[in-house]
Amino acid sequence: MDLKDKLVSSFMAFEDGIDVNDPVHDIRSEAIKNFETKGFPSKKEEAWKYTSLNNLQKIDFSVFPKQESALEYKDIKKYFLHEIDTYKIVFVDGIYSSYLSETTHDGVDVCLMSSALTKPMYRQIIELYFNKIAKKEDSLTSLNTAFSKEGAYIYIPKNKAPRKPIQILHLATGNEASLMLQPRNLIIAEENAEVQVIERHQSLTSNEVFTNSVTEIFAAKDARVDYYKLQNDNANASLIDNTYIDQKDNSVVRVHTFSFGGKLTRNNLNYYQNGERIDSTLKGITILDGKQHVDHYTLVHHAQPNCESHQDYKGIYDGSSTGVFNGKILVDKIAQKTDAFQQNNNVLISDKATLNTKPQLEIFADDVKCSHGCTIGQLDEDALFYLQSRGIPKKEAGALLMYAFANNVLESVRIPELKARVNKLIANKLGVRLGFEL
Amino acid sequence: MLKINDLHAGIEGKKILKGINLEVKPGEVHAIMGPNGSGKSTLASVIAGKEEFEIKKGNIELDGEDIEEMAPEERSHNGIFLSFQYPVEIPGVSVTNFIKTAINESRKAQGLEDMPANEMLKKIREKAELLEIDRKFLSRSLNEGFSGGEKKRNEIFQMAMLEPKLAILDETDSGLDIDALRIVANGVNKLRGSDNAIIVITHYQRLLDYIVPDFVHVLHDGKIVKSGGKELALELEEKGYDWVKQETVA
Repeated sequence: MDLKDKLVSSFMAFEDGIDVNDPVHDIRSEAIKNFETKGFPSKKEEAWKYTSLNNLQKIDFSVFPKQESALEYKDIKKYFLHEIDTYKIVFVDGIYSSYLSETTHDGVDVCLMSSALTKPMYRQIIELYFNKIAKKEDSLTSLNTAFSKEGAYIYIPKNKAPRKPIQILHLATGNEASLMLQPRNLIIAEENAEVQVIERHQSLTSNEVFTNSVTEIFAAKDARVDYYKLQNDNANASLIDNTYIDQKDNSVVRVHTFSFGGKLTRNNLNYYQNGERIDSTLKGITILDGKQHVDHYTLVHHAQPNCESHQDYKGIYDGSSTGVFNGKILVDKIAQKTDAFQQNNNVLISDKATLNTKPQLEIFADDVKCSHGCTIGQLDEDALFYLQSRGIPKKEAGALLMYAFANNVLESVRIPELKARVNKLIANKLGVRLGFEL
Repeated sequence: MLKINDLHAGIEGKKILKGINLEVKPGEVHAIMGPNGSGKSTLASVIAGKEEFEIKKGNIELDGEDIEEMAPEERSHNGIFLSFQYPVEIPGVSVTNFIKTAINESRKAQGLEDMPANEMLKKIREKAELLEIDRKFLSRSLNEGFSGGEKKRNEIFQMAMLEPKLAILDETDSGLDIDALRIVANGVNKLRGSDNAIIVITHYQRLLDYIVPDFVHVLHDGKIVKSGGKELALELEEKGYDWVKQETVA
């Protein structure tokens, strides 16, 4: 049985464990039908031209997490941003770990999707927001919706901000030979609310893990959301991240995606600007080697006038790694005075590394500023010589230049400890000890 | 210290240096002057080890040892320093962190531990003072958004930190106003000693008013066509390079 059939036939068993009379369940039932019709996307589809899910579908994944596995904090501490105090929502093999988490209901809700989906007190919010911005036609999103049960639920009421950043950590223990996970996150920042979220998926062994994640983010008028995705997973961990963002007037949503590891990573990042004077920022640093593959597929839909979007992705590719950047900017006819900026710069270190980059601009308004650019290059020989002439060996000099190349993406990271952590990951990833703490 | 024997070098089949002979002894300052395209910057790059240039004939010795096979970083570890005409910008790496990296890499190559942090700081402070560099400047990204003068001052600051045996200053005066020129020259002069040497590459005589050379060489079409004392620079200033060119032809 292939993975699609397995998933579809598992749906009935899944229904045994949940309340099928809940209105959310109608949404799930619709979703599984859509997935059954469409199946996994194939390379024949333009949007999946460079990323194949064929090999993943051949693996016999366990689609339901069994029981909670006990993990000690000291063993997984390094995967947290532990230098600062944060709220933590931690899942082990898809199951919430109360032992490792720190949630809150103190003025804001930082808790679990399973509570939000089942408890009456959240019903109104769920009806308003759940599956409202996620793309219903998308087969992988539908698949996630069908099995949506657990994940992070963050609700920040008007004029509020949590006291500290929130970390969402998904751990896979490797107790299953191969495990599929489908976390579902819902993040709502009401008017003038503010929140910072760091998300990480981490497999603790080399066993196969396949995560198909959906996150919906709603930023109301004047809200500010910072979302940081730290992707530095093991060589047999694959991730499809589907993120949908709905923005209203004057809101600011910044998503930073740091892709340093994993077997196959696909980031579907979708912004919908449903208001005026919105700022949408999408930034990414990708550093790959070996046979790693990362595909950034972004959409910014400018549907109202006077909005901005800033997109800046940097990539460094070594070994026989492959990268894809597909950035679509859609400007509706009424979205006059749009200011959309997109930049994608890449360095190929090895002859075997490949990159496909494709800006896609569809502009129906006539008074807009849209700029885009992409480059693929090698390290600058003059710059290398400059560093070498100061006594810095070629390898370290190259690393320093790559660090400099990627660095400006970090300027907009607003948590200094996270910035320091990412800097260290970059240095590690580039495989050198630089003469100073990055 | 430095001995260049009948050096022929070029790039992509194009001959640029056509038989250079030059000897620099400890404590000496040599000026190499010449019109644009005469091969001045190429000579500087070849001594520092830029890989694009091919040596066709001849050799370069540092303290009696051939250095043509050495990578640029090895030449640096052996005491060669090149002050660049166009220093490269490195965003995200501060002047301080850059120089720390450079010093500790050199120490590593010599089998030494990293320089202790307090010693490093003291040295940085001392050398920054010498070049009238303030502390804020040191935390800026290397060369990023620096003015011409700041870039050159930063090059000499690096020279002061690395304490090379042989420093080559490639067009260090270009893009400098008179105040910056004075500060840079003053810094260089304080670094002059009996066991190190400096090669000043310049198009104009101006810098040599401040850094007074022991010898002046005129480079033309890849060869040193005239050598003399510091007065040769003044003569060149007065008569122009055509004078040397004509004399060579004659």
